[in-house]
Amino acid sequence: MKTQEKNILFTTAKLAVVAVAMFAFVFVVMVPLYNVLCDVLGINGRTGDRYEATEIVIDTDRQVEVQFVANFNEEMPWGFKPSVTMVKVNPGASNETVFLAHNPMPKDMVAQAIPSISPARAAEYFHKTECFCFNEQPLTAGESAELPLVYIVDRDLPKDIKTITLSYTLFDITERVQRTDS
Amino acid sequence: MGEHHGPAKGISRWFLTTNHKDIGALYLWFSFAMFLLGGSFAMIIRAELFQPGLQLVEPEFFNQMTTMHGLVMVFGAIMPAFVGLANYMIPMMIGAPDMALPRMNNWSFWILPPAFTILAGTLFMEGGGPNFGWTFYAPLSTTYAPPSVTFFIFGVHIMGLSSIMGAINIIATIVNMRAPGMTYMKMPLFVWTWLITAFLLVAVMPVLAGAVTMMLMDIHFGTSFFSAAGGGDPVLFQHIFWFFGHPEVYIIILPAFGVVSHIIPAFSRKPLFGYDSMVYATASIAFLSFIVWAHHMYTVGMPVAGELFFMYATTLIAVPTAAKVFNWITTMFRGSLSFETPMLFAIGFVVLFTIGGFTGLMLSIAPADFQYHDTYFVVAHFHYTMVAGAIFAMSASVYYWIHKWTGRRYNESMGKAHFWISFLGFNLTFFPQHFVGLAGMPRRIPDYALQFADFNMMSSIGAFIYGASQLLFLYNVIATIRSGKKDDTAKTWDGAEGLEWEVPSPAPYHTFSVPPQVK
Repeated sequence: MKTQEKNILFTTAKLAVVAVAMFAFVFVVMVPLYNVLCDVLGINGRTGDRYEATEIVIDTDRQVEVQFVANFNEEMPWGFKPSVTMVKVNPGASNETVFLAHNPMPKDMVAQAIPSISPARAAEYFHKTECFCFNEQPLTAGESAELPLVYIVDRDLPKDIKTITLSYTLFDITERVQRTDS
Repeated sequence: MGEHHGPAKGISRWFLTTNHKDIGALYLWFSFAMFLLGGSFAMIIRAELFQPGLQLVEPEFFNQMTTMHGLVMVFGAIMPAFVGLANYMIPMMIGAPDMALPRMNNWSFWILPPAFTILAGTLFMEGGGPNFGWTFYAPLSTTYAPPSVTFFIFGVHIMGLSSIMGAINIIATIVNMRAPGMTYMKMPLFVWTWLITAFLLVAVMPVLAGAVTMMLMDIHFGTSFFSAAGGGDPVLFQHIFWFFGHPEVYIIILPAFGVVSHIIPAFSRKPLFGYDSMVYATASIAFLSFIVWAHHMYTVGMPVAGELFFMYATTLIAVPTAAKVFNWITTMFRGSLSFETPMLFAIGFVVLFTIGGFTGLMLSIAPADFQYHDTYFVVAHFHYTMVAGAIFAMSASVYYWIHKWTGRRYNESMGKAHFWISFLGFNLTFFPQHFVGLAGMPRRIPDYALQFADFNMMSSIGAFIYGASQLLFLYNVIATIRSGKKDDTAKTWDGAEGLEWEVPSPAPYHTFSVPPQVK
């Protein structure tokens, strides 16, 4: 009888550890793994962080169409649009463009732009050496700004991809910033 | 040891009890109450959908009804019903005197009523109850949620804790307390399916707890797990939810498989065909359930390789499931069949669950699912598996074991009437939903286009019939307990096998204080 009680306690303890481990698994494995997989595989059109250009070799034989799209999240009141909506670029070349942002509200606000690439397969071949999306964008009441973007389309971009669409969604994060500051 | 004593007197018996039969009975009654509550929400849904246009309720309230119907039925009715059945039957089936952890057993039941009081209470709060669907996808359940969502999260945490404790208890009992001679491969199938179900529970209920904890942090503590504005991703929520949610659907159905594997041999007067393959099929289904979750989210924009993987893995589940269905049919083949109420429900289960399985196969095909996704076809599919699957099996078990529980016979004619009315009502409700779904009627919408009107009216009439038949069930159970014909035969059914039929009827308060010898 005594050994049975001991066995029951042992089984219970093991299972309790499994339950706690599964709870931790969500936070320490599933979330980071999802982010890593999305980054590595370019799923969801996520783009990478700042890219350091090594050597610049321009593929002059090929042209790729790059389209820019600007979206707003929820009731974001800002004006936000690309200065040009479409350009043709050579893979390997460094290109520059700007997005135009305007805060029409009578208060200072902070925004964050979240990029997404379509087709998702192109995400790993689209490099940004400089992007306003790397930082939060504060604008005072009524202020306008030109937000710069410098990018390179990789020469290894699969041949069947002729058009890349880069979409930015602008989020109002004023409250979030205030909350972390205070 | 030795001395048998009865239950304590008065109401405190139920609050303080550590007896597996008392706790099993509490679970069963609680789940039936939740079944009626969730059912009344369904009646409101069907009443609103009786005709196109908005008649009875506001769309906001309709959303709360679809959400609460799902939550209450899944977490309040089906899961506790099978936990109750496990508590009542597993110790008797394996020749153990009680559950391994009787005090924890009391606790895991008694935290449930407060959890569901909190959940149901959200309906009366400012802004209403949860309105984001039972799958509570972010950001509907975070950024756009009513303030009561915090109570919802708290409720989910409590019911998750209850399930985990219940599952640990069941595993500890089965692993350590089997009668001498009862090897694993001699265990009754209900015990086997519950052992595997309990492992699924221990593995995935913490994942659900993690998901709602992240929601809580996103809402109140400024994190952004699911908010793109802060670098998170709402699609992550769907992955986490369905990593819990897919094993969850097998948590709901595996114990039902177990019950049916007892009832069909008993009324065929033949041993179960393919016992070993039943065990292996159950285990394979459980394993596969962990690698198919994204078939719920084919339309989120996965890479083609992902769609293919989840499509193949999902269709693979049909193999062990079909093995089970063929085993049940082969058990009946050339058997000496009789059709008492438990057998009617069991056969109804096999037929209707198989239909649900076939529609599941249709849904598993990724390109086809792009059309079926979030339509009434999905609603029809999962009601065929959950209502005609889990709930028919549960009704079958009540009729199968109620004489063992009460020592009284239920009214057979009323039982058969319950079955036939349920069967007709159920099919009238859900079969037309296949058609409106294929024609494009979206789920969780209070209004619909005119061409769906006839089928929806049929659905609603069927739902009222099905709902009413459950009141007949309740009446039959109460009538059995109060005035059913007394009968102290140990073996209710002449073809039934198992240790639970060796104790008197009604089963005494304490059974198998001395373990039996299993040959």
